[in-house]
Amino acid sequence: MNGYVVQVENLKVYYPTSSGPVKAVDGVSFNLGAREKLGLVGESGCGKSTLALSLLRLIKPPGRIEGGRILLNGVDLTQLSWDKMRRVRLNQISLIPQGAMNSLNPVMRVRNQIMDGMRAHNQSMSRQELEARVYETLELVGLERNVATMYPHELSGGMKQRVCVAIAISLRPQVVVADEPTSALDVVVQRQVMETIGQLQEELGAAVILIGHDMGLMAQFVERLAVMYAGRLVEAGGIREVFRQPLHPYTQLLISSVPLLDEKGVFRGIPGLTPSLLHVPSGCIFHPRCPQAQDTCTEEVPPLVEVGPSRWVACHRHEVER
Amino acid sequence: MTALLELRNVTKVYTRGTFVRSGTVALDDVSLSAGGGTPAITALAGESGSGKTTMGLLLLGFLTPTSGQVLYDGQDLRKLSSQEWDTFRRDVQAIFQDPFAVYNPFYKVDHVLEVPIHKFRLAKSHAEARTLMEQALVGVGLRPEETLGRYAHQLSGGQLQRVTVARALLLKPRLIVADEPVSMVDASLRATILESLRKLNREFGISILYITHDLTTAYHIGDSIVVLYQGSMVEIGHVDPVIKNPQHPYTQLLVASIPWPDPDRKWQRTDKTALWREGLAKTAVGCKFADRCPKVMPMCRESTPPFYRIEPRRAVACYLHRDSPMIAAEEVTQLAL
Repeated sequence: MNGYVVQVENLKVYYPTSSGPVKAVDGVSFNLGAREKLGLVGESGCGKSTLALSLLRLIKPPGRIEGGRILLNGVDLTQLSWDKMRRVRLNQISLIPQGAMNSLNPVMRVRNQIMDGMRAHNQSMSRQELEARVYETLELVGLERNVATMYPHELSGGMKQRVCVAIAISLRPQVVVADEPTSALDVVVQRQVMETIGQLQEELGAAVILIGHDMGLMAQFVERLAVMYAGRLVEAGGIREVFRQPLHPYTQLLISSVPLLDEKGVFRGIPGLTPSLLHVPSGCIFHPRCPQAQDTCTEEVPPLVEVGPSRWVACHRHEVER
Repeated sequence: MTALLELRNVTKVYTRGTFVRSGTVALDDVSLSAGGGTPAITALAGESGSGKTTMGLLLLGFLTPTSGQVLYDGQDLRKLSSQEWDTFRRDVQAIFQDPFAVYNPFYKVDHVLEVPIHKFRLAKSHAEARTLMEQALVGVGLRPEETLGRYAHQLSGGQLQRVTVARALLLKPRLIVADEPVSMVDASLRATILESLRKLNREFGISILYITHDLTTAYHIGDSIVVLYQGSMVEIGHVDPVIKNPQHPYTQLLVASIPWPDPDRKWQRTDKTALWREGLAKTAVGCKFADRCPKVMPMCRESTPPFYRIEPRRAVACYLHRDSPMIAAEEVTQLAL
């Protein structure tokens, strides 16, 4: 079992269209250790939300998992029946979807919304148990008991988002997938929500996959970072190593595009645009935007190779060095 | 020196309910000048619900104040003749948060540029209009041949947002009100938009009011900064000292919450009350931040703190600085210029 909670092997998620499949996730592999905080970073349209949804098998048709395995404690989720999968969700793995706070039902009290999820995924709890769990969970996310009887419009953005976190952890899953949990929130609330998730991670011993495009947030929260580009992983490694010495040119650009306080007025963007996932460039997917592209980059796809202890990169320049 | 636009003691209350009236005070007796003098970029920062968007909408003339005045070249906006109103509409341009919502999916993006050219009769012929559009696009770093003739869904959010900047540039305005122009755009594309905004300021001499909750971009693009909290200004001054050495406890909380892209520079442990009481603090009298403030004193709950001048061009509304000289509202107004 080698200590991994989640093992994703060569996962492929495609959306068929009239002009061919959109390969939103194209051969992604990674492992997630117990109690680990993993970050998955990439620009919009790189397939990171699709990856998040597919981990819970929540991809809506026509999109489908084309190949690969998702092992949760050694059990392949892609092979489970719909009914069994339903019992895995929220019990073992849960999702805080993007824009979650806007998905709360406006005419339902917070308590009932939290109970709803628990009832749907775990029929064995009695009403008393459910109610006790609601209060316990609200306390865990730092909300007061009286929030249980409130309606969403009575809560601020940060409180609503924490209610969504409460729903996700109500059945104490081992893995929480958070898809841009703070994208619409301002800095103070963002920090408050992230610290809530961090505290829970420690108290409940859950592993967290944080998905987003904000390198600053990643630096604050995760232990290991995986960089995704156009449906593939291009680099992975410990957060400090990746920030100190980014290997893939894309990661280098991504890090330098974040404004720092020390150099005022310096803006660095990444030239070019993310490729359409319908017509992926030949060879290395990043070569049209890469400042260091060579001839081989346009022809051969660089494999994701281990260049150091748990340090992975998919770039021809680092293959040579090896 | 008259400012191009000025808010004078403006209060804006949103009321709801037909029979039982209740109100939310979005702006509470705020005075601020924007534009005029040397073209500068003023950042307006604050959390959601601080009234920063309301302020932008008031300056654009989309909202009328509940009390107080919005002055354009010293004249009340509500008393402008239709001709003056037209000049105002040209002088003051807007850039909004969501670039996708600005475009009609059935029109080409050209439409957004064509409308102002027609409306203000900027060109005599089609060829001339085309040249103007191309110049504006080049001005914001876009290639016209790759932009014109496309539909909104064929361009990225970053490109669309730069076309709206180009539209503003087309009219050669004196002030641009940019409300969270980069918050819906990927971090990697933000740089290009901020770059074009700054170019507008430096090369074309346009003043910009940059509304944001993101202090890092505010710091990078702004010359001066105004920090809003629940409808009141709490700190105002040059962006460098305010961000590097914040004085109001609320500004300090904001700066301490910036997620630095450095794993060795984690969020410092700050006082938890300030962080966790978000959304709960509602003080009727006194300083609005009192319930969340780690340094609260009894006097903070008794009366609203006035502005104290702590540096020649910097003011803070906090009793912690009561040893510094008080400063009148009219003078505070000027500090943002």
